[in-house]
Amino acid sequence: MSRSATASLAALGVNPASELTSTTTDHATGRVLPVRGELAGLLPWGGLRRGSTVSVGGSTSLLLALLAGATADGCWAAVVGLPQVGVLAAAELGVAVQRLALVPRPGSDPGPVIAALLDGIDLVAVACPLPPSLARRLTARARQRRAVLIVVGSWPSADVELTAESVSWNALDDGAETLRRQQIAVRSGGRGSAGRPKNVVLTFGEEEIELPLVAGEPVRSDEPADAGPGRAGQLATRRAEAVERLVKLAHKGPTA
Amino acid sequence: MKDTRLLTVWCPDWPVVAACTAAGTALHVPVAVVDGNEIVSTSAVARKEGIRRAMRRRAAEAMCPELVTFEHDPQRDARFFEPVAEAVEELAPGIEVVQPGLVAVPARGPVGYFGSVEQAAERIVDHVATRAGAEAQVGVADSLFAATRAAHRNVVVPPGRTAEFLRPLGVHELDAPDLVDLLRRLGLKTLGAFADVPENAVASRFGGPATRQHRLARGLPERPLDKRRPAPELAVTETFDDPVERIDSAAFAAKILSERLHENLAARSLACTRLGIHARTENGEELQRVWRAAEPLTPRGIADRVRWQLDGWLTRERLTSGIRTLTLEPVEVVDGTALQLGLWGHDDERAVRALLHVQGLLGPDGVLTGVLDGGRGPQEQVRLVPWGDERVPARNPDHPWPGRLTRAPATLADDPAELKDENGGEVGVTGRLELTAQPKKLTVKGKTREITAWAGPWPVDERWWAPDRHRAARIQVQTNDQAFLLIRRDQRWFLEGVYD
Repeated sequence: MSRSATASLAALGVNPASELTSTTTDHATGRVLPVRGELAGLLPWGGLRRGSTVSVGGSTSLLLALLAGATADGCWAAVVGLPQVGVLAAAELGVAVQRLALVPRPGSDPGPVIAALLDGIDLVAVACPLPPSLARRLTARARQRRAVLIVVGSWPSADVELTAESVSWNALDDGAETLRRQQIAVRSGGRGSAGRPKNVVLTFGEEEIELPLVAGEPVRSDEPADAGPGRAGQLATRRAEAVERLVKLAHKGPTA
Repeated sequence: MKDTRLLTVWCPDWPVVAACTAAGTALHVPVAVVDGNEIVSTSAVARKEGIRRAMRRRAAEAMCPELVTFEHDPQRDARFFEPVAEAVEELAPGIEVVQPGLVAVPARGPVGYFGSVEQAAERIVDHVATRAGAEAQVGVADSLFAATRAAHRNVVVPPGRTAEFLRPLGVHELDAPDLVDLLRRLGLKTLGAFADVPENAVASRFGGPATRQHRLARGLPERPLDKRRPAPELAVTETFDDPVERIDSAAFAAKILSERLHENLAARSLACTRLGIHARTENGEELQRVWRAAEPLTPRGIADRVRWQLDGWLTRERLTSGIRTLTLEPVEVVDGTALQLGLWGHDDERAVRALLHVQGLLGPDGVLTGVLDGGRGPQEQVRLVPWGDERVPARNPDHPWPGRLTRAPATLADDPAELKDENGGEVGVTGRLELTAQPKKLTVKGKTREITAWAGPWPVDERWWAPDRHRAARIQVQTNDQAFLLIRRDQRWFLEGVYD
């Protein structure tokens, strides 16, 4: 293809596949939006490239984690068609919620809503089913507006596909532990240099180690606080063990 | 030369007066209005106790334990100011509201009518007191900045002597904290000392915004006199199918119309410094008010003023019907490049416009944003508000909330669930907050899963002093491949979230 033809295609927002690889200047010039460190290795450009479409499946946490790095950096994000999304979980994963807009019910014709968002919002996550023709138009719109379109589920022309194969947590210990560390096994694939499948296990929550909440102890009870010695003693021992484990973990520091 | 003499009517401590009027608090107790943690306005009694502006709230309360504090609310200030503006307008047509608490009017009109400045001032102060019950002071000078300072001191500055009046005043009169700080450190303690610095030196040393402050210090009008008379087609008008009667719909209308006006102006690289707001009610009543701003108005600045004005009209006036037509007219415009120092950066403004667009398609509730709040459960720790509303937590998230969970589920739910032990018996929670049996099976929406481990229960013992107390407990359960958050309320289990 001649150079001028490539240039005119580029003007239309069509980029050669070789552009799907990253250069360091892309990060500096804002063509690639930053992501949390763990995710950088999964994405072919080390971040979310403006104009690209990324599909995410199998885990809401993975979707939220993708928004974290960019919103913390000053970008805006919107989540469309996901009324049950946990905003608190988003905040815990590092999303700047003051720049996160939710459009829980985009209505029977979500096309204009999503298109309007792509005009001004850097990251638009869409979780409502769309006909393939509309999906393709939105992909083109994202490319033209230099926004990142993140879609939940399959999409006809995604540049990168991230699929959570499994989501697991640290084992609960019948009363003495709490959910704290999440591990998501992600398979990535896609077009261009993103095509080589990769399998990565992401760990969220290792770094924020706090002492466990005291389980089994009411804040205020109408009954006398003389629970039987058996269970109370058992719990105390378990709790002490849990604290010890955590202290060890904290000394070791977060594992890579 | 064009006569630029301005008469300003200033109500001292207006935020305090408005807050006390709203709450019915008498003015003889020490009162302060706080914004976040900082005192923004005080009553005379509070000042006697040593309370000053910009003081930390805690320090003020330590100094004066009986201090009554109110949260800062510009909308309340504007709402209660409307009667004052009307009272001034009855004597001096052509008024412009600068901010709640301050009105400006060209001095020529009332001075000519009442014979002298002193007479005009006396009549206006009397009239404001009888009609609106508010205390006011009047000042006259050649620029808005000087006239406002004159009103603070209740003086009339003779024509041509404005610069002389300003000379001995401290630089803190300039509303630019960073510049004031800098000038003080340079030893320029009065406006006169600052005014003596040549203008080109100010421009090269401190930059554009300081030049504007320098003009103020020299007693010159805020802007050079090359104000353009805007073309009438810049005005925007909206006719409502359902007349606007409620504050919230007025606020939404204000936002949309302000955005349109701003787009009109921005397309011509203009910004608005005087904004005319006209409304016509269903029964043909005409209302009109001009707002004057020291700085070019940002889209949000325009929307705020329109909202304040509509609030004032809707709550304070006895309108016989709702507002049918609303027109925003830029009465005075300046070069819009100054606006780049606005509230939102360029990228933010693009995002704001996109979200407004979507609100236009779906209604104001179509776009929500989460405010992190105090509380224990994943739902009560987030309050969803329509985008553009104020993001204020209702309960302090930094307070200790015993029973708060370490992790929140990424997907929220509210579905009835069943929790059974290995014999199929229902698992409950005792008054001592223990599970009655080891949970083994979880059934939600007809699907049963094997439980491998669980954690909790954590108490949800909120408002135990209230008769409608809410007693509940949460547990986390794990199956082979998933983790869930359950809550027990009224002796029943509910799925509250999925850790997916």
